[in-house]
Amino acid sequence: MSDVAERVKKIVVEHLGVDAEKVNPEASFIDDLGADSLDTVELVMAFEEEFGIEIPDDAAETIQTVGDAVKFIEKSAA
Amino acid sequence: MFDLTGKTALVTGATGGIGAAIARSLHKQGATVAISGTRAEVLETLKAELGERVHVLPCNLGNAEEVEKLVPAAEAAMGSLDILVNNAGITRDGLAMRMKDDDWAQVLDVNLTASFRLSRAAMRGMMKRRYGRIIGITSVVGVTGNAGQANYAASKAGMIGMTKALAQELASRNVTVNCIAPGFIATPMTDALNDKQKEAIIAKVPAGRLGTSDDVAAAALYLASAEAAYVTGQTLHVNGGMAMI
Repeated sequence: MSDVAERVKKIVVEHLGVDAEKVNPEASFIDDLGADSLDTVELVMAFEEEFGIEIPDDAAETIQTVGDAVKFIEKSAA
Repeated sequence: MFDLTGKTALVTGATGGIGAAIARSLHKQGATVAISGTRAEVLETLKAELGERVHVLPCNLGNAEEVEKLVPAAEAAMGSLDILVNNAGITRDGLAMRMKDDDWAQVLDVNLTASFRLSRAAMRGMMKRRYGRIIGITSVVGVTGNAGQANYAASKAGMIGMTKALAQELASRNVTVNCIAPGFIATPMTDALNDKQKEAIIAKVPAGRLGTSDDVAAAALYLASAEAAYVTGQTLHVNGGMAMI
C-alpha cells in the first residue's frame, strides 16, 4: 500500500471509528463506513490538513470511496 | 448545577458591561476564559480582577485578518475552545433615509460577519471533540425592529437566522447554538439617558426596571452549561417582559 493510502486509512479509522479491515479502496464513506454529510466534510478537511492540499467543493463531491480519496490526493500532490 | 470546571470559553466584547458580566459568570463557575475586545487596558483590568484562568486577546472584529486569528489564538492559549460567546456589537444609529453605506457595512461586519467567522473557526474543534456551546448575544430589536436602527436590527435578526442554521448543522455533534436577546439593560449607553427618557422606557417594561448585565450573564451561563444540552437553535429573551415573542 502506498504512503498516501496508509495515511488516508489512518485518518478514516480515527475519524469514523471503524475497523481498519473495513477501510479498503472500494469502501464508500457513506454506504459502507457509516459516514454522514458532516463526516464527509470533516474528512475532506482532515485530508487537506494532512496533505497540505486544497480540495474544492466540486472535487469533494466526487470523492465517494476511500480509493477516490487516495487517487485525488496522489494526483494533487504530484 | 452549571459547573464549568475544566471548560474553556472565549467572550468577545468583554470590555463592555454585558461581556464583562458574562466573562465573570463563566469564570466564577470554573471556566478558563479568554477575553477579547479592542481596548487592551480594559481587558487587563478585568484580568487583574478575576485572577487565574484568564487570557487577554485583543482583537478588532472589523478587521477580517484579526478575526481569523482570534479562535486559533484562544485554542493555543487554553488548549481547546468549548464555549464561544459572540457578544461584541456596535451601533451606528440613524434614520434609514440618512444612513450611509459605511454605517450599514460596519455594523453588519462586526455584529454578524465576525460572529459567523468566529463560529466557523470554533466549530471545527468543537465537532472533533463532540462538545461545544456557541452563544450569540442578539437583541430584542432583532425581532421587533426599532426606528433608527435598520443596520443594527438587521444584524441582530441575521444572527438569529444564522444561529438556527448552525444549530441544525451541528446538533448531531453535541454542539448547541443559541442566542440571548436582551431588552433594555443598564449599561454606560443607557446611563446617558435622562430621567424622563428612562421613565418612558421603564413604562414599557412589565418588570418595572431596566435589566442588569448580570440578568444577561445568568442566561449565558445556563446556555453554556452541560445542563442545557437539549436546547439548541433558540433565542432566549431577557427583557423583563417588554416583548413576549
